[in-house]
Amino acid sequence: MARKPSDRRIIGTALRKIDAVAKVTGTTRFADDLAFPRMLYCKLLRATHPHARVVSIDASAARALDGVQAVLTGKDLPIPFGILPVSQDEHALCVDKVRFIGDPVAAVAATSEETATAALDRITVAYEPLRSFDSAEAAVANPEPRIHDYGDSGNLHKLIDLEFGDAAAGIAEGDVVREDLFFFEGNTHLPMEQHAAVAVWSPDGKLTLWSSTQTPHYVHRALAKVLELPPARVRVIATPNGGGFGGKSDPFNHEIAVAKLAMLTGRPVKITLTREEVFYCHRGRHPTLMWVRTGVKKSGAITGMHFRSLLDGGAYGSYGVASTYYTGALQTVTYNIPRYHFQGARAFTNKAPCGPKRGHGTPQPRFALEVHVDKIAEQLGLDPAELRLRTLVPPNSLTANYLRVGSMGLGRCIEKVIAGSEWKKRFRQLPEGRGVGLACSSYISGAGLPIYWNNMPHSGVQLKCDRSGGVTVFCGSTDIGQGSDSILAYIVAEILGIDPFDIAVVTADTDLTPVDLGSYSSRVTLMSGNAALQAAERARQILAVHAAKQLEVPVDRLQFADGRVFDGNDSKRGMSFADAVQAAEAAAGTVGTVGSYTPPRSAGRYRGAGVGPSPAYSYSACVAEVDVDPETGIVRVPTIWIAHDVGRSINAATVIGQVEGSIYMGLGEALMEEMAYRGNRNVVHKIPSLLEYKSPTTLEMCDVITYLVEDPDPNGPFGAKEVGQGPLLPVMPAVANAVYDAVGVRIDEVPITPEKVLKALRRKAKGEAGRVGPESFPDIPWPEPTRVPTPWEGGDGKAVEQVRA
Amino acid sequence: MGNESKAMIAFTVNGESAEVAFAPHKMLLEVLREDLGLTGTKHGCELGECGTCTVLLDGTPVLSCLVLGLACAGHDVGTVEGMASAGKLHPLQETFADLGAAQCGYCTPAFLLTAQALLAGNPQPTRDEIKDALAGNLCRCTGYIKIYEAVELAAARMRGESAEPTRESLYGA
Ligand code: FES
Ligand code: FES
Repeated sequence: MARKPSDRRIIGTALRKIDAVAKVTGTTRFADDLAFPRMLYCKLLRATHPHARVVSIDASAARALDGVQAVLTGKDLPIPFGILPVSQDEHALCVDKVRFIGDPVAAVAATSEETATAALDRITVAYEPLRSFDSAEAAVANPEPRIHDYGDSGNLHKLIDLEFGDAAAGIAEGDVVREDLFFFEGNTHLPMEQHAAVAVWSPDGKLTLWSSTQTPHYVHRALAKVLELPPARVRVIATPNGGGFGGKSDPFNHEIAVAKLAMLTGRPVKITLTREEVFYCHRGRHPTLMWVRTGVKKSGAITGMHFRSLLDGGAYGSYGVASTYYTGALQTVTYNIPRYHFQGARAFTNKAPCGPKRGHGTPQPRFALEVHVDKIAEQLGLDPAELRLRTLVPPNSLTANYLRVGSMGLGRCIEKVIAGSEWKKRFRQLPEGRGVGLACSSYISGAGLPIYWNNMPHSGVQLKCDRSGGVTVFCGSTDIGQGSDSILAYIVAEILGIDPFDIAVVTADTDLTPVDLGSYSSRVTLMSGNAALQAAERARQILAVHAAKQLEVPVDRLQFADGRVFDGNDSKRGMSFADAVQAAEAAAGTVGTVGSYTPPRSAGRYRGAGVGPSPAYSYSACVAEVDVDPETGIVRVPTIWIAHDVGRSINAATVIGQVEGSIYMGLGEALMEEMAYRGNRNVVHKIPSLLEYKSPTTLEMCDVITYLVEDPDPNGPFGAKEVGQGPLLPVMPAVANAVYDAVGVRIDEVPITPEKVLKALRRKAKGEAGRVGPESFPDIPWPEPTRVPTPWEGGDGKAVEQVRA
Repeated sequence: MGNESKAMIAFTVNGESAEVAFAPHKMLLEVLREDLGLTGTKHGCELGECGTCTVLLDGTPVLSCLVLGLACAGHDVGTVEGMASAGKLHPLQETFADLGAAQCGYCTPAFLLTAQALLAGNPQPTRDEIKDALAGNLCRCTGYIKIYEAVELAAARMRGESAEPTRESLYGA
């Protein structure tokens, strides 16, 4: 019954997405497109102080306003929540303290948006300002006043120290030891759709929330917790997201506020955030300061690495503990690092909370590592492509920090972009002002562990075969534009031999669909894809048994293709897929199956080993070409060549789309995007608007030449690995390396703005180091390291027992 | 609040005459979405910064979040809902769907309408002319490239050529 890969009809083909027509006709219903009779509108009153005690709130004048149906303050929702079990530090409305400008303190529901807005003006909040901190360094230097009353030390939320082998000794074995400092500025997702949510409460005690969320399952849990409702009476429906990129992955205060307002008023309540408020939700890239020291042999072999990161977390925990681990986790999966020491710290500051943005915690260290490697190559007199090719992590291996690498196509990726960009003819050979730069990267295809501890599957699928020949797939996954609904249909269609457009896909509804943990960590194609694959194979099994009886053909000779079930030796002997369903239904009853997916157990057994393991790692290599104007410092990027090892494309066209979208977003981060704050007095967001937060338009976007490399991974469905995030990672360092090739200055800081380029050029002209970047890394009270012997030292993934003082 | 007397206008929406009453301060965006139920028109800022709310006013792309509903009396408004006719997609809708020029699809109605206006005046635009025409529309998902390709392909088909997507555009180099 198994078909050869060459027999595949759907997997790998460029097809329309199953929701493409809805998207191009404007019929897709996003959260703000929903409206209900008697619906109320919610507005949030937000803090005007970055850090202050809430002394009192007087909402009586707001309550008296005609049209106002309810006003909530912090005391109405006292139970804290947060995405990670270890950081339950948010309240729907601040209870006793505000922690950044934009923190919500009160919520109003009124019969119109105008009335709700007018009511906000009638709420008086008395604040007692506290000293505020606008940078991670300020938080390190000032343990008091504490922004939160939990965390590892003062205003340090999290401190990590992990050592795999004796890194210092390893570094000392290098012929060259190089030390560098880097800074990566924070930036934000900027989805075109502003977050929106609508809550409906029914007098029978059931709550329904529609929301533009990437993680309906976690919103479900947070609502049940904060509202103290039985989870079975709470239904969360994730509407198609108008872009997410990680910015809609946390349970949000506004979702809880509308739910509570719906319960109080008995009427549907909707909120749509303004663009300014979307900047306050944030959860974007952590501003990160990094220090790295590496020992390298003349051959290019790395002997050891020590990496430090300091993250500015903003006002709340969010995914930050995971983000911090991620700044140290994936250094080891591209180049062989035999001994490795990672120290990471996350500070609380009085700014909008940071969290997971596309690449989650790994673009910052990837930027540092790839520029650092470029400098090492120059120091050794090696071509940076050659250096990388010499040090690649082998496939099917275990890294020093116990990450299990499966398929590994980075070598092929490097060769593709080197050839395509004519690297050998151009690197260090272009006229002044023009340059090329190379960088590589890797990313996870889903995390090995769930966000809250449990031993259930990460993704589930239910499949119903209808006697019409139609099939319905139910899955908790959420389509945020990446095409995850379509992936389910393609995979099921491939296995059952039917047209993917005969498949109905029902997703992201906690009442109707089995749990999928959500659209984050590039996990959906691999995890829900594997669940769909299992469910479809089970359905095929059932159908085959009954079709075989009817056709009098041995089961294992049956094939499913082109909407038919037939004898592989005699294709005329067969029946339609619908007839096969009917035969099975007549003989055995309703045809339905389930499938689920749990990632393989990870090899690391030490504390902190939960972040980094993945069923499969994608790989990318990127060459950027730049034009630098030495008069203005303006960097233009005409072309980027990118090769991405996606394992196997399920739909080539959506893979290309993810690659191009990632390059675009990386280009924005490389050149212009930054969350800037006025730190002098008030830590107020400088630019909460689409006009002032610069992102690339059609006029800045570069040409992209994409090469898909397919190195199938046994853990992926049909070998597929991730593509939504990985290709973003190498863009920033490739651009930085290209700027150096073009004008000989190092911008060790992202974004690479004209001001920084000019500053570096001026320094160089004066005979100083032509560099702009951080100068020092603050002293951090690192904990005693967790020491884990590497696999090649006979380690078993566990930490060495420590004698506690 | 909300009790001010409503204004009533008559105009043409997607080729049909319509009469609608609404609070006079409302922008065309709100009139379309809230009073006419045409939610295909989206918004990303309501401040004239993103282009997501683009509709056609007498054939010209305008930001509906900046146009007063009242100002549309007697005019002709085109929205994404009017692009397909008799159950058949517009060539731009076909190529946007085939090439993946709509990822999340949130910016898509605005890009489609802007491109439609471009092609009405310039049936064979160059890549740079397409970029210029679309420079006021932000898309956060696609990197714009599939959008350019979709516009070029639709333009060719609208000129009567039998054009197909290139292999490179769907499968890479
Ligand atoms: S909604 Fe952004 S320009 Fe109109
Ligand atoms: S397709 Fe998502 S913003 Fe353009």
